[in-house]
This record gives sequence, structure tokens and C-alpha cells, in this order.
Amino acid sequence: MEQLENFRQEVKSWLDENCPASMRNGADPTIPTDEVWGGRKAQYKNPESKIWLDRMGQKGWTMPTVAKEYGGGGLSKEEVKILNEEMWMIGAKGPLLSFGIWMLAPVLLEYGTEEQKKEHLPKIIKGEIRWCQGYSEPGSGSDLASLATKAEDIGEHFLVNGQKVWTSYADKADWIFALVRTGPKEPKHDGISFLLIDMETQGVSTKPITLISGKSPFCETFFDDVKVTKANLIGELNAGWTIAKVLLQHEREFISKFGLASAMGSSGKDIVSLAKEHLGEENGKISNGFYRSEITAHKIKEHAFGLTLKRAGDEGGKASPTASMFKLYGTEHNKKRHELMVSVAGINGVAWDGDEFDDNEKNLTKSWLRTKGNSLEGGTSEVQLNVISKRVLGLPS
Amino acid sequence: MKLILNEEQQFLKDTAKSFTTEKTPVNHFRSLRDSDDHLLWDKEIWQEMVNLGWSGILIPEEFGGSNFGVAGISTIMQECGKTLTPSPLFATAVLGAFAITHFGSQAQKEEFLPKIVSGEITTALAIDESSHHNPAKTAFSAIIKDNEYVLNGKKIFVVDGSSADILIVLARTSGNSGEETGLTLFIVESEADGIEKIKLSMADSRNYANIIFNDVRVSSERILGSPESGGETVESILDIGRIAMSAEMLGNAEAAFELTLDYLKQRKQFGVLIGTFQALQHRAAEMFCELELTKSSVLAAMHGADENSNELQRLASLAKTISGETLHLVSNEAIQMHGGIGVTDEYDVGFYLKRARVAEQIFGSSKFHSERYANLTGF
Repeated sequence: MEQLENFRQEVKSWLDENCPASMRNGADPTIPTDEVWGGRKAQYKNPESKIWLDRMGQKGWTMPTVAKEYGGGGLSKEEVKILNEEMWMIGAKGPLLSFGIWMLAPVLLEYGTEEQKKEHLPKIIKGEIRWCQGYSEPGSGSDLASLATKAEDIGEHFLVNGQKVWTSYADKADWIFALVRTGPKEPKHDGISFLLIDMETQGVSTKPITLISGKSPFCETFFDDVKVTKANLIGELNAGWTIAKVLLQHEREFISKFGLASAMGSSGKDIVSLAKEHLGEENGKISNGFYRSEITAHKIKEHAFGLTLKRAGDEGGKASPTASMFKLYGTEHNKKRHELMVSVAGINGVAWDGDEFDDNEKNLTKSWLRTKGNSLEGGTSEVQLNVISKRVLGLPS
Repeated sequence: MKLILNEEQQFLKDTAKSFTTEKTPVNHFRSLRDSDDHLLWDKEIWQEMVNLGWSGILIPEEFGGSNFGVAGISTIMQECGKTLTPSPLFATAVLGAFAITHFGSQAQKEEFLPKIVSGEITTALAIDESSHHNPAKTAFSAIIKDNEYVLNGKKIFVVDGSSADILIVLARTSGNSGEETGLTLFIVESEADGIEKIKLSMADSRNYANIIFNDVRVSSERILGSPESGGETVESILDIGRIAMSAEMLGNAEAAFELTLDYLKQRKQFGVLIGTFQALQHRAAEMFCELELTKSSVLAAMHGADENSNELQRLASLAKTISGETLHLVSNEAIQMHGGIGVTDEYDVGFYLKRARVAEQIFGSSKFHSERYANLTGF
């Protein structure tokens, strides 16, 4: 106990000295804020964003439970709790958003060699290298295992040719973790490998994708005779599918939590106040009874889903097939929420551009359209239902 | 609040699970239904439950109980729900025990609690007067006369009403039907002069009665809680009842779902197991998600009750809404996925449907509780 109390004091004074003023409660609102993803191409509107990232990265506190030898914080669960509490107390911003942290690092820790961990983990943790994910292909969406991007053995290297799609932020990323076909003659699940590729290698190129909601972080990524050293193969040759599935569970868990966090009101107005604004209020109640009951039903489900996420945490759950449930429910719920908000806002809920509508309204239209992708990316809702029926409920194939 | 069971609660759950699997599988209910027994629960089984200490779970140790709390009794209710086990557990060990423990005078506690613990008496809570649960609409009157109250009116759909020894009755001592004030709770012996019990036959074949009070005289000593504040008192008793009933309904839904999954893994049509059909798989997976949400809501509500959460009313309404909706869905899908055999009396799955629809009505339907949740949250 005393040790933990000492640790709390250390954290307090370290944060006091090292967390820049604009990265915590009471920040000057005129200072621009950055969405910090790190990497070689990163640009900062506020130099303190970079200072905060560097300091937290140096401590390893962007991945506090990872061992120090890999650049992590080497903290126990109890210590991480204290760190989070103390950061919360001063309203400290998270220093780094990172696919490396959310998706690749857990896989490296489980499947990487000692050299690979020492090479890649510290750079992920310090935010020096920004990663993107190369999974889907034009011909391989839900049937991911049919992927065709091939990696031929040419001695010391693989020669990679093919195309990936839906690679988020590929145009801003430094490296990509990709699924490639190394065993063209094997059954489709048994011929896939998990490969790390530097985006600066000759033959890699990217092209952004415009969505129905407008601009998007998604890209197409092309590989044209790209030479990749065999040292970048994670796990055994042709054993990439297992790794891919583990990573997908981490991704699904992340997407569902993200969906809920946004449902809890980070984006724009709460649906109840939106309804009262557009439909009117009588004795503190939403005037329109049809909307009121629909919104109530939705909010009740949201409450129960929030409790279910909390229960999963209390049960100490790791990524598991039930991550599919969270992904499914979180994204479907988020879509319904946006449909309801658009409907409640009426004409203003389908505004696109111009000065007759305010930014919140125009953003609502775009985010509503964007949610249509939530139940597609990271495995469609139908794929999640398949995973639940087979792997959770044990229904026959 | 951690949404898991502690060791004590897990132990109660395990005990209840082995008890209900061994002593009261669904056939136990079937034989009661088919018998001429008006009680519709089994006295010996109830005595065994009493011996396990279940009647005293909400009762403090000084009166012979174990004080294991709402979470304790709810986990037992959940297990009983799985095998459709009928017993006075709900009306006596949940409603009567909680009401008298929390609102009874010292004399009332000393008189009744030890007898509840020992199984000597059973109780019932008489609230409703029309086809929809609505305590504020109480018209049943209690008029003071010579330091006694005279009770007149009709209570309907009283759980265990045809057999309970002690009735806890919500009456209007002032004001008009529809007002939440002016209500008082009374403890009345069911054999008192002027009481007429009419046994009900409901779809779920459980023990219910309508009870007519005709100039029933009750001493003011028998007021439960303070006079005129029965509206608030009864809400807090009802909330505990709603949470325990939600736990039972969760148990119903879990068992109906298990039964259905087993069937999907056994039944063959077109030369294959019907569980291979995606049309059924996806519906099963959706039910799984709803069941998970229901588990979390019931856990939050029962722990909320034990921790005196200031969210208790919302949590109770959340639990009753979600468990009602989930059980509704699962009981319907269970029948449909079973096909023809699902609508035969010979097969058990129909029992779950019938129990579901009655339980959904007890102390407020999902619609009632959605409205209450909305009002409490300011929607």
C-alpha cells in the first residue's frame, strides 16, 4: 500500500512538472488542438502536443503495462489505475492515438520475436512510427481469407504485389501491417502470412477514397514489386490467419468502445436536448410522444449496453469472441442513434453545406452518413453474427 | 459497484442451481399444474427452501435471517426461473420480508419476521385494482373509526393471494384515486372477518387471487410504515420486487434460450441440422446479445439495491423493461424455432411463453417501466 502511495506522489509531481498547460484542464481555448497520431510525417499546430507526446513516450506511459525493455512503462495494473486517476484529476489529454498501440502491439507481444519486439515496440510507444492496417482487398471483403496480394519468396526477401483497400490513414502512415498470400497452393486460410512493410519502400503508393459522407481517412494502397526483408514476417510462414483473427478481436473491441464513447455524447448535442429543441418541450418532457418513446427505448438499450461493457471489464475479460457482440451492438446502436438524431432534427438533420445551417447540423449529416460504415469496417454485422453463432453458441456449420 | 457476484452470492447461486435441477425440474411444475392442488406450489419443497435459509435472506440476523441481501435472493430467483419453480419465495421471502424488515415497527418485526424465517407464515402484497399496474390509482379505502381502520374495496391479481397468511394492503386514507399521496399500507391477517378470496386461474398456472374487503377492521398498530406515506413506502418495496422478478424473468429467458439452442443442434430437416441455417443462427446470435444486456441490467439493479444507490428507481425500471422485452423476444422465438412441437402441451417450451406473459405484467410491464424511466431521467 505504502509503495502505491509513493507511486501516486511520484506521478503527481511528474505530471505537475511535465504535463504542459495546454494539455490539461484550464487550457487556453485560443490555442489550437491537435489530433496526435505521431509518426514521421506528423505536423503539430500546437508545439506542446509534441512535447507532451515525447515526455509520455519517454516514460513508456502510452503503453504503461508493457515491459520497460520494450519501451513500455513496466507498471502493474494497480499503478496504471493510479496513473489514469491522476491524469484524470488534472484533465490531462491522452498523448497519442495509435493503431500501433491498439492493434499491432498486442500482436507483437504475443507473436513477435525478441528482435521484432525490441525493434518495433519502442517506436510505437514513443509515437515515432505511425502504423496502418492492410487487410481488405477489392476482391476480399467479408471473405477476407480469399485475399490475393501475393508475397513471393525471392531468397532474402519477399516480393509483394497486389492491392489493399480501406487502409485508414495510409497516406499519413509510415509502416503497414499487412496480410499477404505466401502459400498459393495451400487451402485459403493456410496460405496467409502477417508481414510488416515500410511505406517508404520502392513500389508502395496510396490514393485516398471519398465516401458518401465526403472526405475520409480511407485509402487504397498499391504494392508494385515491393521488396520486403524476411525479418519482417511475424509468426510462422503461412500462419498469419490466426494472428489476423487475434488482431481483429482487438480491433472490434476498440471499435465498440469508441462507438459507445461517442454515443455517450462527445459528438455534438445529446439526442434528448436535440429533441426538445426541435420538437418542443412540455413540463420538461419531449412534446412529441412518438419520438419520446422511441428515444426512451433507445436510451434504455444504451444504458444496458454501457453496463454490459462495464461488466466485461469487471469480469477481467480479454479480447474474446464476445468482442463480436460489442462490435455488433455498439455499431448498430450508433447507427440507430444517428438515424434518430437526423429524424429529430428534421430538415436541419439533412443539411449539407452553406450558411443557412450551423456547423453542428452539417456535421450531423456527415456523421450520420459515416456511421453506415461502422457496421461494415472491422467485419460486417453479419460476420459478427456468424462469429457469435459458431464460436459462442456452438451452432453447427 | 462491480457487476459480478461475490463468493457468498455465487455460493447461493450454486446451491439454488443444484436444488432446482434435482428437486424442481420443469416436470415438478407440470405435475403441480396437473394436480388438484389449489396451492400450486409444494409445501414440502417450500419447507426445504426454508431449511436452506432462503426465506430469511432479506431478514436481519437478530430475527433469524442471514441478511444476504437483494443480490442474494435475486440469484436464487434467477435459478428458480430457469426451471419454472413455483414457491412463496417471491411474495414472502422478497416482498413480505423486505417490507416488514425495512418499514415494520419493532413489534411488527418481532411478531412476523421469525415466523417468515421459519416458514410458519407466508405473505402477499396486494396493490393492483385494475388490468394495468398503477399504485397511484388506488381507490381501495381505509377509513378511521374508533381508533380502528375500516377497509373496503377489491384488490386483484395478488401473487400467492389465495394462500398467504398475511396480506400487506395498499389503501387510500385520503385524497382521490390517481394521486400519489394519501396512501397507507396495512398488515392484515388473511382470515380476518370480511375478507373474501377468489382464486384466479391464469395462463401460467400459478397462485393468484382477487381479494374483496368488506368492512374489514384493522388496528392502527397494523399500519406498515407511517400513515399517509404508503405511496413512497410501497414504491421502494415494489422496486425490490421488480428487481427480483427481473432476475426470475432472466432465468426464464436463459432456460428457454438453452432449450432452443439444444433443439437447433438436434433437429434435422432437409437432411441437415436446422442449426446450420443462417436465418436461425443470426436470430439466435441476436438473442444472445439481448440476454447479455439483460444480465448486466439485472446485476446492476440488484447490487444497486444492496448499495442503496440513488439510481435505484431507474435501475429497477431498466431491469424490468429489459428483462420483459428480452423474455418476450426469446419466448416467442423459442416457440417458432421449435416448430410444431413448440405449440404442443406435451413439450415444456410453451410453459416459458405462458409464464413470460404473466411475469411481464407483475408490478408493471416494459411499457410502464419505460415511461417511468423516461420521467425519472427527464426525457
